[in-house]
Amino acid sequence: MTVTPATPATPATPATPATPAERVAEHLNRALHDLMDAHPDLHLLGEDITDPYGGAFKITKGLSSRFGDRVRSTPLSESAIVGAGAGLALAGGQAIVEIMFADFAALAFDQLLNFAAKSVSMYGRPVPVPLVVRCPSGGHRGYGPTHSQSPQKHFIGVPGLAVLELSPFHDARALLDHALATRRPSVLFEDKVLYTRRMFHHGVVDELFRFEPPAGPAGVARVHLDGVEEYDCTIIAPGGLAHRAVEAMRTLLMEHEVLCELLVPARLYPFDLDGLPPRGRHVCVAEDGTAGGTWGAEVAARLYPGLWGRLTRPITLVSAADSIIPAAPHLEREVLVDAPAIVRAVLGAAA
Amino acid sequence: MNAMVAAEAVPRVAPPADDDLDRLLLIRHFESALLRLFGEGLISGTTHTCLGQEYVPVALEPLLRPDDHTLSNHRGHGHFLARHPGEAGGLLAEIMGREGALCHGVGGSQHVYHRTFLSTGVQGESLPVAAGIALRLRAAGDGRLVCVYIGDGTLGEGSVYEALNMAALWDLPLLVVVENNGIAQSTPTARQLAGTVAGRAAAFGVPYRRVESTDPAEIRAALAAPVAAVRETPFPLIVEFITHRLGPHSKGDDTRGPEELAAARAHDWYGRYAEAIPERFAAADALWRRRVADLVAEVSARPLARWEAS
Repeated sequence: MTVTPATPATPATPATPATPAERVAEHLNRALHDLMDAHPDLHLLGEDITDPYGGAFKITKGLSSRFGDRVRSTPLSESAIVGAGAGLALAGGQAIVEIMFADFAALAFDQLLNFAAKSVSMYGRPVPVPLVVRCPSGGHRGYGPTHSQSPQKHFIGVPGLAVLELSPFHDARALLDHALATRRPSVLFEDKVLYTRRMFHHGVVDELFRFEPPAGPAGVARVHLDGVEEYDCTIIAPGGLAHRAVEAMRTLLMEHEVLCELLVPARLYPFDLDGLPPRGRHVCVAEDGTAGGTWGAEVAARLYPGLWGRLTRPITLVSAADSIIPAAPHLEREVLVDAPAIVRAVLGAAA
Repeated sequence: MNAMVAAEAVPRVAPPADDDLDRLLLIRHFESALLRLFGEGLISGTTHTCLGQEYVPVALEPLLRPDDHTLSNHRGHGHFLARHPGEAGGLLAEIMGREGALCHGVGGSQHVYHRTFLSTGVQGESLPVAAGIALRLRAAGDGRLVCVYIGDGTLGEGSVYEALNMAALWDLPLLVVVENNGIAQSTPTARQLAGTVAGRAAAFGVPYRRVESTDPAEIRAALAAPVAAVRETPFPLIVEFITHRLGPHSKGDDTRGPEELAAARAHDWYGRYAEAIPERFAAADALWRRRVADLVAEVSARPLARWEAS
């Protein structure tokens, strides 16, 4: 195969000196400010989310100072935080609640599975429950087995519950607005390392890759090479993995002459590709969760009927090891997904 | 049933108000009809009747506003019928999966949502939801409250305490009614609840009232001021009713012996009213027996409920 690295295209708008895009944490914080301002019926609940602390990851900074009692720091009570969020929604309000670490969402599983998700339909008519449960997730920070997980897969397949993930390609305000507007509960996973990275803007990922923004707020963003229509591999990954996937794509292109595109959905479940068929002859689904019963398996099951006969090999699934996540950085690295793991998976499938 | 409860003095008998007697008898005959229908194989699934406990929601009814929220549990038919006696047909249709069901037959006995009444089937799940609703009502500031019914068995659930803590911290208009019927499914309360309900209320600094009476007027007199304070302060309140479950947990699963059941029956308002106001009671009893029988016949003849999945 011949690789012709695309000439870096001129970004669409920056006639003025390029201002760096905002960091994802700032972007999400601004989205919450805008939402609270736009929706007087919106409430925020979570542990330590009020000022001056502003949340364990500072995502809610400034909100309590600006919006008073509509922003409440709660006791350490995940079940009651989510249940109260559902109650606020049932009583005609809207709620965004923060679970400090996604790992702790397990403590709220009954409220999500048996109440919030069911209440939209179990009373025989659509009952609006505009509720978003924000869950900072993911490892690579050395926090150890109970503060590093990506438990998305445990929330997949629950009737009435959408599973979303923050992405550097998706506007957070639009995504949250959309989630609330569905009048159904959602769980939004937010990769903790992603918080520190910058949003991508102006259609440019780097000097090699471009991106098309999603068609809708929860749609699929596509990262591609300028002018390339056919790919060796389509990688599908949630937003938290986007930077690692792009790094892998760069290595695959520059060192192995393997052309990849990347599809990043903001809505992991229910999953659909938003009218963007994979253009690769091979598909690789990457995620941060542990192996077994994965999101990738769900994606593969959804894609096979449409791609059968066109794929040159089975869909490859990349996930963290079937393991707890150790605290020591060198041990943690062994079980989590990094760019080389994606490179190995794509090359291994091609071998 | 423990000795302490069995040794309680049998309460005095005051003639009930017409409206109270009507609601009591509606619920009694409704629940009795359900057990019969189960026996005849005409209802599927499960049900939890409140036989013996009917007076709790009937006594509370005039203390509640129509726009207050009520959150109920698995044993919720009485809670509903005390609030919405005119919707007995809709509730029966819900339980029987017939046309006109309150929730199209999807929720069944334990999952009913009608106006501001909502029931759920998982123990302890409703208290956090109630706290959220109460937070919204508190912000509205118009004196509405959330009344949430739980049982003594529910006090084993951690969510109860998460929500009580929040309710006290945030000054929420939340009325928690604990129906302590002395038995959680088959386990006597003494073997599943350490300490006391009063002690648990005190731990959160939440006011507590204990009600042993089964007389609606007497209960209201005792609770009117504390319930008004829930709205006006606002602040949560826990009311523990020492009550007695006459029937099985669900159906045919009562493990209690004859002595325990006799002790429970000694507290039943039904026999005491029959004795205290024989003629008036007999007439009302016959009236509601017939009305419920007619309702059962009418609802049984309806087509099956249809649900368009959303």
